[in-house]
Amino acid sequence: MSAATTTPSGTTGPTTWERLRGWSPPSQYLPVIATAVVFVSLFGAGGVRYEGFATPEVALNLLVDNAFLIVLAVGMTFVILTGGIDLSVGSVVALSTMIAARTLEAGWAPGLAVAAVLLTGTVLGLLMGLVIHYFDIQPFIATLAGMFLARGLCYLIGVESIPIRDETFFSVAAASVPLPGGYSTTPTALVALGTVVVAAWVLHRTRFGRTVYAIGGSQSSALLMGLRVASTKVGVYAISGFCASLAGLLFSLYMLSGYSLHAVGMELDAIAAVVIGGTLLTGGRGLVVGSLLGVLVLGTIQTFISFDGTLSSWWTKITIGVLLLLFVVVQRLITRRQP
Amino acid sequence: MAETPARLALLRRHPLLWPVVALVALLAINVVANPGFLSLRMQDGHLYGNLVDIARNGAPVLLVALGMTLVIATRGIDLSVGAVAAISGAVACVYIAGAPDGGSVGTAIVACSLALATCVALGLWNGFLVSVLGIQPIIATLVLMTAGRGLAMLVTDGQITTVNNSTFAGLGVGFVATLPIAILVALGVFALTALVVRRTALGMLIEAVGINPEASRLAGVRARTIIWTVYVFAALCAGLAGLMIAGNTSAADANNAGLWIELDAILAVVIGGTSLAGGRFSLAGTLVGALFIQTLATTIPNLGIPAQTNYLFKAVVVILVCLLQSPRVRHALRVRRRTLPMTAKAGVA
Repeated sequence: MSAATTTPSGTTGPTTWERLRGWSPPSQYLPVIATAVVFVSLFGAGGVRYEGFATPEVALNLLVDNAFLIVLAVGMTFVILTGGIDLSVGSVVALSTMIAARTLEAGWAPGLAVAAVLLTGTVLGLLMGLVIHYFDIQPFIATLAGMFLARGLCYLIGVESIPIRDETFFSVAAASVPLPGGYSTTPTALVALGTVVVAAWVLHRTRFGRTVYAIGGSQSSALLMGLRVASTKVGVYAISGFCASLAGLLFSLYMLSGYSLHAVGMELDAIAAVVIGGTLLTGGRGLVVGSLLGVLVLGTIQTFISFDGTLSSWWTKITIGVLLLLFVVVQRLITRRQP
Repeated sequence: MAETPARLALLRRHPLLWPVVALVALLAINVVANPGFLSLRMQDGHLYGNLVDIARNGAPVLLVALGMTLVIATRGIDLSVGAVAAISGAVACVYIAGAPDGGSVGTAIVACSLALATCVALGLWNGFLVSVLGIQPIIATLVLMTAGRGLAMLVTDGQITTVNNSTFAGLGVGFVATLPIAILVALGVFALTALVVRRTALGMLIEAVGINPEASRLAGVRARTIIWTVYVFAALCAGLAGLMIAGNTSAADANNAGLWIELDAILAVVIGGTSLAGGRFSLAGTLVGALFIQTLATTIPNLGIPAQTNYLFKAVVVILVCLLQSPRVRHALRVRRRTLPMTAKAGVA
């Protein structure tokens, strides 16, 4: 009441408007909310246009079909938050499928194979991080080298596609986790969601996470504040490498084969998902949840096109490009307003 | 008397020394593995040989890398060149395939002009995003990199469009005065670029923008126009490379034409000694870098190593080049040179 009388115009219209204007969600959540709106409206549009689109099954399938991309985008989020970029993740996914397939073929225990895959990815990421930080080499070019290296190692392991016939892998790939309401999902989707939760916890509840944001804001300030810049910067690339190899495991469960041409260009999808998820490429701003939503948006576009049937597959790429553009331009406007 | 050591010292400090040494070393490895590697022969008035092949296959990468050099000199990067090359080839091939007289010279010229005009438009778009909207180059060009192949498939309707036009194919496989046209075109663009950039103030202005955009703007340099120009130039070069690739196979493959050529081009620029941080650039270095990459790709099968491992060697090259360029390693080497003047050569080698 008092709020209404203090406004000069006196009418309630502007007050509500002003109150609405006055209330804005914390600016860090704005991009994520925008992504969520895009996701919901895309999904809603699909539900209106196509029968059987807006169903829990389709939503769950989004998670199942994009589990590896979610994990990949989570790792990429860490790197991009520090203002870096990791181009190697697609190749590391391919390398992981190759290592998994080849070690299982050689008769390794599944646990050992998984450990080998995760170790390789993490070590690769760690090495790139060390090169980037200690030799002061641009992340773009250092991870480009990592990309070539991982792809080359794939070919070294084999040029042919190797099928995975291990029983444990088979049973995990075929397993389904029952959900209330008669629905079910796969373990891979749960792993992906688990990664998102863990990543969110690390970013917001640990010193490491706060340092990641601080480096993205300004590396020199973080250094002057006495934060552990070196270990954090190397750490994010190790995390990205770990996530990439985990994504590779999920991908090999999805494809049940190892192949050196798997996941070509997947790093672009991961970067696009992170950007659409509202993370600033200059670093310092963004949420892991945004990246999850970004992947879901990409997945929805694909589902949209497969539901339609008349749209050709290349519309996926064009739509992703257009969405990317929209988000980048909007982000640019937001950051320009708050220098 | 005293001139020779001074000139030697100058040579040793020449920025192109190491790229050229690397290229020569690579060629030497080839000669050791295959003594007839460097031989050239004339056949039907055309020059053939491994060196000619390297230059011809390297022509698209060289073209793309030329444009990339100027973009990188302004502290930018253009990831979309591969997609632009695909679009260029697609536009040209679709036009030729749809033209009433698909084999005529006029059709080929119109098709190429149309394709290059499209590329100029794409370059304008990239330049607009970077210079006017101020979006980071890497992400601004990522938009076109993602969408571009989709656009190319839209143009070709998802098919591999094959054409039958000898003039158009000539751009990829033809010969003029014993040399492949592709080499002549690439060298022509190289010479023209070098002339325009180094014989006018343009090169200096580009470097100024790359070193400090704000300061150069305050000094009266039209940073925005210059940045815009280099992206258009990069797209134009990419378009020309795309026409070459399409001419080589007489077909437009929207998915695979120019795939990863942006990475090879960036690699060529970096090998040539241009820093990704912007500023000083070397067109001659880019030429050496592009030749080096193509020689590497030729060397591996020549040595009997499976061609797929090319990636592994590229990775090693990238890492080595980066480490040699990194300030920390340079500093360490310099300290060593100063303290151990007698063993300096061994230390650097």
